[in-house]
Amino acid sequence: MSGARQAALAAQKRDIRSRWLLSAPALIIIFFAAAGPLFVMLLYSFMAKGDYGDVKFGEFSLDGWVSVFFQRDIFDDTLGLADAHLSIIWRSIKLSFFTTILTLIFGFPTAYFIATRPPRSREIWVFLVTIPFWTNLLIRTFAMQQVIRNEGLLNNALIWLGVIDRPLQIMYTDTANLLGMTYVYLPLMVLPLYASIEKLDFRLVEAGYDLYATRLQVLRRIVIPLVRPGIIAGSILVFIPSLGAYVIPRVLGGGKNMMLGNLIEMQFGSGRNWPLGAAMSITLMVLVTAALILYVRNASRGGTGHV
Amino acid sequence: MFKSRFDIRAQPGFGLITLFTFFALYLPIAALVVYSFNGAESLSRWDGFSSRWFVAAWQNSAVQDAAIRSLIIAIWAAFLATVAATMAALATTRTEPYRGLTFKYALINQPLMVPEIVTAVALLIVFSRIKVWTGYSGLGYLVIAHTAFCIPFAYLPIRARLESMDLTLERAAADLYATRWQTFRHVTLPLLRPAIIAGFMLAFVISLDDVVITEFVKSGGQDTLPTYMLGQLRRETTPEINAIATVFLGLSTALVVIFFFINRKKQ
Repeated sequence: MSGARQAALAAQKRDIRSRWLLSAPALIIIFFAAAGPLFVMLLYSFMAKGDYGDVKFGEFSLDGWVSVFFQRDIFDDTLGLADAHLSIIWRSIKLSFFTTILTLIFGFPTAYFIATRPPRSREIWVFLVTIPFWTNLLIRTFAMQQVIRNEGLLNNALIWLGVIDRPLQIMYTDTANLLGMTYVYLPLMVLPLYASIEKLDFRLVEAGYDLYATRLQVLRRIVIPLVRPGIIAGSILVFIPSLGAYVIPRVLGGGKNMMLGNLIEMQFGSGRNWPLGAAMSITLMVLVTAALILYVRNASRGGTGHV
Repeated sequence: MFKSRFDIRAQPGFGLITLFTFFALYLPIAALVVYSFNGAESLSRWDGFSSRWFVAAWQNSAVQDAAIRSLIIAIWAAFLATVAATMAALATTRTEPYRGLTFKYALINQPLMVPEIVTAVALLIVFSRIKVWTGYSGLGYLVIAHTAFCIPFAYLPIRARLESMDLTLERAAADLYATRWQTFRHVTLPLLRPAIIAGFMLAFVISLDDVVITEFVKSGGQDTLPTYMLGQLRRETTPEINAIATVFLGLSTALVVIFFFINRKKQ
């Protein structure tokens, strides 16, 4: 090996070492206060529960995991399905799915409309979508409560219009959860959709019309297939936080319409069953990861652009 | 009049849906703000225009404490996150791929991949044990937890800026016998400044807004403004909460507007 090449190699090695040193603070902080604790939680999910919360440290037990899905009958000690848990997990998946659909129904036309404005006004429209997005989640949830509570805007308006004569009970129902999540996560659908529609080549749309396609046909056969990566990205960005929602169901859904996030919190509060809470958290993470893997697969199969 | 041109971009009804979407996005916020000027004792009635709840919130010592605590945590977390993210961005851009680079990307973006409630619970488990071991239960836990989830947000604009810069100017500085520190101080840093400011502001807003992780990591008496509000929402709410929310809203909107204009000037 020549001396010059050796020197270059040594310089490269030094460069990589200094790059590790430079990134060390960020990596250490995230490891200590975000990624690392997840491993500890995994360990906790395999320990016996302590009498007053916490765990019996080092005492192995599968009870936490078993009780995510099953419950022991108090009379004959047989295992049955844990209906309460399963119905909450099912509600989380169902509501997240409907939230995704609703945000898509309103988000797609909005994103399309913005993307077809002249460039100058486009920027302002996007900015108007971004403002609520950067507003505190709790405040937006609370704002939704102002609209749907019994003496809220919606009920007052409907009574004033004579549509109903008694307020509709929307608060503390699944509808409240659904409305809240749709409201809060809508910008997460609009922004990636906009990014992808903005890049759409409208010459293809023109070609469609030249071939006597109707507006609907152009939308279905040309626009939607071309912006599919944006649709998938938006759906993922909405579905994942919906699945882990905690603040929205706590404020709008109330105790009877818990979602997975609230069920997890309960195990660390009044439930005093940390291993179960840990196992549930990991279940939630597995669901999220599954959604992400589906996304990556889809994006790499049909993806024309990365959003 | 007949249409002389067929607009290929138009889709029927999309304009109407867009109007409805924007109406729906802003109506709840407007309702929140309007009700903060309600003179009545409770939210269920409207009793004339008044700013009494702003005064009440301003004089409420619990609100004052929570607001100051929120600011202290957000400033520290945004500062630490921006420094760490700038260093990490310098270490992960403008280079040939090297072993561990993908790992670094994955770890830096990890806080974005996991639902907040999961991270919150995991931190509760670890920090509650550390609190017992060390006896320390100050704001440090909140600062470190906030720093961790702020890093990916601060990293984003700084990395984007670095990737659009090449090494020409830095090489020129080196040719003129600048040391590595001088090159960084007088060439790289000034070029990066807009991105660093953007990263800091993003991190600051993200920290200020956090509810879930704070709720699980905080010790007794360490409410931030969002967790204080969450606690109040359990009870019968008075327009005082609206007043706090309105001020909060104004503050974060102002930050976003500034952010928008900084970014626009850059382009």
